[in-house]
Amino acid sequence: MGWQVTLRVFRYKQDGTPPRFDSFAVEVNPDEYVIDAVERIWAEQDRSLVFRHACHHGACGACGMRINGHEKLPCSIAIRSITIDRGTLTLEPLRNLPVISDLLVNMAPFYERMEQVQFPPTRIAEPVLDETTGRPAVQPSPVLRYEDCLECGLCFSACPISGTDPEYLGPAALSAIARMIEEPRQGVDIDALRRLADNEHGCWRCHTAFECSGVCPTGVDPARSITALRRQIAGDGLGRLFRPGR
Amino acid sequence: MDVEPEHNQTYQPGEARRVANWFDPRGRGLGLLAFAVHRITGIGLVAYLVLHLLALGILAQGQAGWDSFVALVRTPVFLALDVVLIAGVLIHGLNGIRVTLTGVGLGLRRQRSAFVGLMVVAAIALAYASCRIFAS
Repeated sequence: MGWQVTLRVFRYKQDGTPPRFDSFAVEVNPDEYVIDAVERIWAEQDRSLVFRHACHHGACGACGMRINGHEKLPCSIAIRSITIDRGTLTLEPLRNLPVISDLLVNMAPFYERMEQVQFPPTRIAEPVLDETTGRPAVQPSPVLRYEDCLECGLCFSACPISGTDPEYLGPAALSAIARMIEEPRQGVDIDALRRLADNEHGCWRCHTAFECSGVCPTGVDPARSITALRRQIAGDGLGRLFRPGR
Repeated sequence: MDVEPEHNQTYQPGEARRVANWFDPRGRGLGLLAFAVHRITGIGLVAYLVLHLLALGILAQGQAGWDSFVALVRTPVFLALDVVLIAGVLIHGLNGIRVTLTGVGLGLRRQRSAFVGLMVVAAIALAYASCRIFAS
């Protein structure tokens, strides 16, 4: 294989014993990804290790965890990029979500927030622009493309406020609201979304620590979206103040 | 028949641990460091304000009480505490400008360099203030 690394893995079982860390020595090819090493532990050393994974190429966001303290998708992080031969990797579950077992967290609190926003995972594709006229060369097709957010929960884990305000909507849901206002979807009540964002557990709770944007694997930049929401909501409020009839 | 798993024994750190995470820089970026420092200095400044108001109560004891208090605060230990106080004011005040701007979406792309730059300004101002305090 090439390298031998030690994986120090957070363990928790619902049997009344407190959480602990177990260390596993694993032979790896340094060009493999962290998820490969985790799967090798499960396959060769400990079948009781619990973790979530699906696509293995950074498209589904299912495998999110903390690697050496950083929120990452282990299917997208090459072992060579974060450790050395005979090095140690510490794997922990995401923060701010209840741990069901080992590296598996209950994502329900995160998904419930996304559900509140009714964020569709797809959007209508942009038309191709004609280079000379700058106008659409072809009419928009019914083809849909995916929104960038994977709903992996890394931002929710990295956000310090999500850990201490159980009602805080969190970076992903607020980003989703910003996207929905930016590009309204049919049948969506934009005013209701604005009200959801405009309260003490919405965009005003964010303390701009920027951790969400730092960990997002697809560059969604939730911090930018949240501050854009604030500007828009504050602007609307000022507008109503000076033009009460509108 | 399939049985729904029960997750009533899930593990989550307690409230104190979650608040402590605000100040745990491991695995975090410069943004959380700024966030943590802002809170620590803010709490420190509030504590100072309370102590300051209590100290002013010594004025009620007349000139003798006040003179002895002034003599105490001119000792090296209190002068060092003055330096700590000024550090808190500089860090909290200068970072507060950055927080205000980024909070409304201004300078988001440069928030890290803004923090570093403002902290360099704070360090220079603190060095100057320290010299003045101990030279007086």
